[in-house]
Amino acid sequence: MGCIGAKEIESAISAWVERIAAEGAERLAVIGLMSHGDLLAKRLVAGLKERGIDALYGAIDISLYRDDLDMRAEKLPLRSSYLPFSTDGLHVILVDDVLYTGRTIRAALNALFEYGRPARVELQTLAYREGREVPICADYTCFHLEPEAGKEVQVRLHEVDGEDKIEF
Amino acid sequence: MKPRKDLITIGSLSDEEINTILDSATAMKDIFTKSVKKVPALKGKSVLTLFYEPSTRTRSSFEVAAHRLSADVTTFTVGTSSVVKGESVHDTIDTLMSMKMDYIIVRHKNSGIPDVIARHCKAAVINAGDGAHAHPSQAFLDAFTIREKYGTVAGKRVVIIGDILHSRVARSTSTILQRLGAQVAYMGPGPLVPLQAHTGIPRFTNWDEVFDWKPDVIYLLRVQNERIDTPFFPAGDYHQAFGVTEERLKIIDDLDLGIMHPGPVNRGVELCDAAMEYRNCLVCNQVENGIAARMSILYHLTPQTQNND
Repeated sequence: MGCIGAKEIESAISAWVERIAAEGAERLAVIGLMSHGDLLAKRLVAGLKERGIDALYGAIDISLYRDDLDMRAEKLPLRSSYLPFSTDGLHVILVDDVLYTGRTIRAALNALFEYGRPARVELQTLAYREGREVPICADYTCFHLEPEAGKEVQVRLHEVDGEDKIEF
Repeated sequence: MKPRKDLITIGSLSDEEINTILDSATAMKDIFTKSVKKVPALKGKSVLTLFYEPSTRTRSSFEVAAHRLSADVTTFTVGTSSVVKGESVHDTIDTLMSMKMDYIIVRHKNSGIPDVIARHCKAAVINAGDGAHAHPSQAFLDAFTIREKYGTVAGKRVVIIGDILHSRVARSTSTILQRLGAQVAYMGPGPLVPLQAHTGIPRFTNWDEVFDWKPDVIYLLRVQNERIDTPFFPAGDYHQAFGVTEERLKIIDDLDLGIMHPGPVNRGVELCDAAMEYRNCLVCNQVENGIAARMSILYHLTPQTQNND
């Protein structure tokens, strides 16, 4: 079993912020996918602010856009998306914790485009693992994980889980 | 929430299910503020409204809810259907199942009919009102409206006024409010407030007792002349005794109480005209929240129509 600890995650997120800052994009919005992607997006926006860069923060719940609603045994309570702005003309960085099959991102893109027409959308994730089922790839990712077949990747973030940790 | 096929009564739901449906209704309501007021959650699903009793707002509310979830909606109008030609409920169900409906929303004047339909078909069945028995989607929208206005339902005091005896709204709404920790009381004309049913609920006979109880919300029921063979009161007398008159509205305003009503309002009977304009009149909020609550109900139910065996 693999494990990435809090220190590694912290420095990875700092490097992530540096990368976004270096790109120098204007009219930036960092939009996270619930849950966990939204927490990472919040950290990125805070990190950018420390560097004097203003980015809009948003969070979306993609449950209503999933393609597996019929197959899911349990339906979790929906959460309210937080996107108090039109995405028209914005440079959107879509943030999630793990990119795996790509289906969540497919749903997220559908959800996102109902809030406007962004000038550009990038996908950036904390981690990714092989196993794509749709033609989607990340523009930036901090950790490339290679878990054993059938193993789950679990991302824990201190805001909700009490600690920063990736187990795979 | 574990898969549940039907919604027949509030009493059959767990606390977790009640809270899940209410929580999701908040997220559903946010969809109304987007430029695209639609989500693909029920794309390709068929929703049928089967109303054996007249209804405008409940049926259209369910229809709007289904449309906003991208479902296809069929309206089965009983007045023009073969039901008037003598088709039994069972045969109607068979007909509808042959049409591969995923969700059936039923209203019937007899208690228990939605439950019978639910037991005999794979579609998810939602009770949209059966006799004087239950009206669970109304209960959800009422609880949601109180929660939205006051932040919580727990600890709130709600007095339901009017024809409790014939009211499925009183039954379902008082059940959900009590489950969520509110206190409920009834007030109305003696013969229309049952003594046996709904035990543990205080009963008042006049407005002085209502105000003394210090309620947060006054919930007026519609006088349902269609359910009573002979009207109990002339409308004016009812208004003076049990309605929100202009004088009572002043007291309600001073006490900052909310006013609710399931609609359609009989103006000059349950509510004076000015009450409809009152700052804490939540009747329009109830209508809007009805769509969100019904979207949440549709979303959380799981039809068994996947296996077409």
